[in-house]
Amino acid sequence: MEDTAVQQYTFKDFQSDQEVRWCPGCDDYVILRSMLKALPEMGVKKEDVVFISGIGCSSRFPYYVNSYGMHSIHGRAPAVATGVKLANPNLSVWVITGDGDSMAIGGNHFIHMLRRNIDLNIVLFNNEIYGLTKGQFSPTSILGQKTKSSPYGNTQPPFQPGELAIGAQARFFARIGGGNPKAMTDLFVQAEKFSGASLIEVLQNCVIFNDGCFNHFTDKAVKDDQQMFLEHGKPMIFGKNMDKGLVLNGLKLEVVTIGENGVTQEDILVHDSSEKDPTLHQMLIRSTYPLATGIIRRVEELSFEQREANLTEEVRAKSPFKKVDDLLFSGETYEVK
Amino acid sequence: MDTENKTLQDTENVEQIDGVVIRFVGDSGDGMQLTGTQFTDTSAMFGNDIATFPNYPAEIRAPQGSLYGVSGYQVHIGSVEVSTPGDDLDLLVAMNPAGLKTNIASLKAGHTLIVDLDSFTKKNLEKAFYDANPLTDGSLDNYRVIEVDMTSLTKECLKGLPLDNKSVLRSKNMFSLGMVYWMYNRSMEHTLEFFNKKFKNLPLVAEANTKVLKAGYYYAETLELIPNSFTIAPSKMPKGTYKIVNGNTATAWGFLAASEKSGLELYLGSYPITPATDILHELVKHKHFGVKAFQAEDEIAGICSSIGASFAGDLAITTTSGPGLALKGEALGLAMITELPLVVVNVQRGGPSTGLPTKTEQSDLLQALFGRNGESPVVVVAASTPANCFDMAFEASKLAVEHMTPVVLLTDGYIANGSEPWKVKSVSEMPDINPPLIKEAVENWQPYARDKESLVRTWAVPGTKGLEHRLGGLEKDKTSGNVSYDTDNHEYMTNIRAEKVRRIANYIPELEADFSQEGDLLVVGWGGTFGSLHSAVKEMDTNGYKVGHVHFNYINPMPKNTADIFAKYKNIVVCELNKGQMSYVLRANYPEFTYTQYNKVQGLPFSVGDLTQKFKSLIDNN
Repeated sequence: MEDTAVQQYTFKDFQSDQEVRWCPGCDDYVILRSMLKALPEMGVKKEDVVFISGIGCSSRFPYYVNSYGMHSIHGRAPAVATGVKLANPNLSVWVITGDGDSMAIGGNHFIHMLRRNIDLNIVLFNNEIYGLTKGQFSPTSILGQKTKSSPYGNTQPPFQPGELAIGAQARFFARIGGGNPKAMTDLFVQAEKFSGASLIEVLQNCVIFNDGCFNHFTDKAVKDDQQMFLEHGKPMIFGKNMDKGLVLNGLKLEVVTIGENGVTQEDILVHDSSEKDPTLHQMLIRSTYPLATGIIRRVEELSFEQREANLTEEVRAKSPFKKVDDLLFSGETYEVK
Repeated sequence: MDTENKTLQDTENVEQIDGVVIRFVGDSGDGMQLTGTQFTDTSAMFGNDIATFPNYPAEIRAPQGSLYGVSGYQVHIGSVEVSTPGDDLDLLVAMNPAGLKTNIASLKAGHTLIVDLDSFTKKNLEKAFYDANPLTDGSLDNYRVIEVDMTSLTKECLKGLPLDNKSVLRSKNMFSLGMVYWMYNRSMEHTLEFFNKKFKNLPLVAEANTKVLKAGYYYAETLELIPNSFTIAPSKMPKGTYKIVNGNTATAWGFLAASEKSGLELYLGSYPITPATDILHELVKHKHFGVKAFQAEDEIAGICSSIGASFAGDLAITTTSGPGLALKGEALGLAMITELPLVVVNVQRGGPSTGLPTKTEQSDLLQALFGRNGESPVVVVAASTPANCFDMAFEASKLAVEHMTPVVLLTDGYIANGSEPWKVKSVSEMPDINPPLIKEAVENWQPYARDKESLVRTWAVPGTKGLEHRLGGLEKDKTSGNVSYDTDNHEYMTNIRAEKVRRIANYIPELEADFSQEGDLLVVGWGGTFGSLHSAVKEMDTNGYKVGHVHFNYINPMPKNTADIFAKYKNIVVCELNKGQMSYVLRANYPEFTYTQYNKVQGLPFSVGDLTQKFKSLIDNN
């Protein structure tokens, strides 16, 4: 009999025997630790977990998790992962990618994976730079940024990954700062539970080539005033004193202070991550003050592999073909005697 | 119902012949492919041996009447063995001046041309760049020309049926088919049944086609311009159940058979590309067998998703044509270094770049062998006829799975679209496929530990408890598969991956020569040129020449006895539809022999006549 019970795993069960080789101080360590903490919480068997990555610093990730994994080629992890999931929908399949891997060379696979809504969990390590090739601007680098390939400043306007994702019909999008392991662990668990493509963007600091690029959001001193952690069904409130909130002013989001100018908590927008219309989700993604984190969008819809499985069952039920011979000997055959 | 094949012809005027080559040509919207396939199927059921050659433009509906919009379907039927669609035509049916202009050169002198007289208007003649009407200027005096007012006769025949003009004109191809059926003493039954099935929900269309087909048939019967009709007796083929298949369908079915035989589910990751797309079209139909056919966002996603599926334990394939193989190169390297089974089908077309999408060529051999970065040998096999695509798709799957390696299967536009009778094979007749799957954890299992003989590693798929491991495109340690930058290890792994592929020579059939087993000349070919080379050598053999023919289905590795066979002939000529890619490979592998090349890159198959002429000159000049 097949063993269907899932044993209780620990952090250590998912740790591989390979030495981790990221630069000291890199946020990638935080992401790895958060993942190793999240995996035992998911209720998934270790042998059913698969990590697929592309190329880049982030893409070494599968080597450090003791599960099945493949370090594939640049930009193509979504395609490889799609094949894994279609071949065996019971697996929990993770895509590990970076801003160069997913937004540049693999942009096409990235958008189509989201459009199809295949049940993959995607962790996008966004550090707004190419690290492994030693410091070129990426599709998320800001305008004017000086890098090895833009010594006079970057002239290519950046993508906002969440905006691109929702444009590609992403049903699940979350964002989190690299220095927030607890929330990150929870987001990974939430992503696994969501049936469909779930994308988590991690704002990941690169200590070598783009150090401090997210400091204005993530520094301890400013963090609470600059970030807003969204929760479904809760008002959009932030700030050290939790007295700031978001309201709609015409077609724009506006920050207000509760208790000032007659504003009460009732006036503050309530986050609805399940709203199908992505307009407000897009506004939250674009907002730089505050920076919205947490699950911004989570809309349930049949996943691609479920649609495929349903269709297969339907066709199978109606088909006269049970064995390949039934097909080969059917139709316009004739006998030579 | 009048569907029986009554032999209406006056028997005195029926001439018995061995074979005939017919070509139907018209606008790309004229239904020439349908006309041709109907004639083919009917003749097959009558028992003739058959080879077909559809030749159509890349444009879907090219401007009417234009020279480049001509679509053609050639069929060769015989009471004796038929291996090619034939060089020259016994009958040409031209539905318009453009079709006549682009095809008349192929018609044998003294033979029959049927034209739709109604289409020879001033406008159409101009579109075909005729200065004068060829029907009246004497330029066709060498042929027996049968002018038929096909368009008006079709209109007349369908008068009273509530059909629009477009639908009426669309059935005129059936008039020509009816005529040809009478000329070659064929029954209309199969085609009439076809109408009833195909137009089940459009009874009016079925009725119209039926009427026009019969009208053509009876017109030919009563027409005194056609002096006689012909019969081609059934061919002597081995007993059994037959089906007419084209190469793409046979390829798809070969994979289905391999999937069932191996117990692995079939996964296809593919992106539409001419002329390979029909394999995708065929496989998506077969969800009832659990086939997962995924139309990806591009060629790269097609192969990468297949690599993922292979990692997860499916029989994974990807289908493409030349430009697509170029895009898949990097991923093919990943499959190679991870040692995952994968079949890549390349239905070759004219290149380079976009080249000639609907025409045939064999110019991707070197790309298949070498088109990747690094030392990256993969198995390369080729199918030689439409029906052989079934066997080679099966064989490619078997080699990929049993040897944990990517296999490139080369077919081409000519055999992919061409069709021939296939003696249906039951899956039970096919050899076993034994994937080196490891289903339960064993102590000290290592992902890259190898079988001593075959050097094949084991295949542990996600979901298998205790065998969790990581693969990747980085060089890996020779046993654990963990990343390794060790210099000696890299050399070891490079050598062993190559040696594994080389040893596949121990598992493939030896090369066999047809016709003379030694002698003056050995004709060497590979892939889709089998029919032409076989016919040409057969003709030489009949005429007493000492010529042998070997045809490579396995190109990397090559059969072990290749040099032994080469040594038995005074001269070797390598015939390919490219500029000499196989010659290049043979010169590298067997430099002790001298190779003469015979090459053609016109987007067309070899003509048997040209081949025999070349072979004779090679023998006579030595």
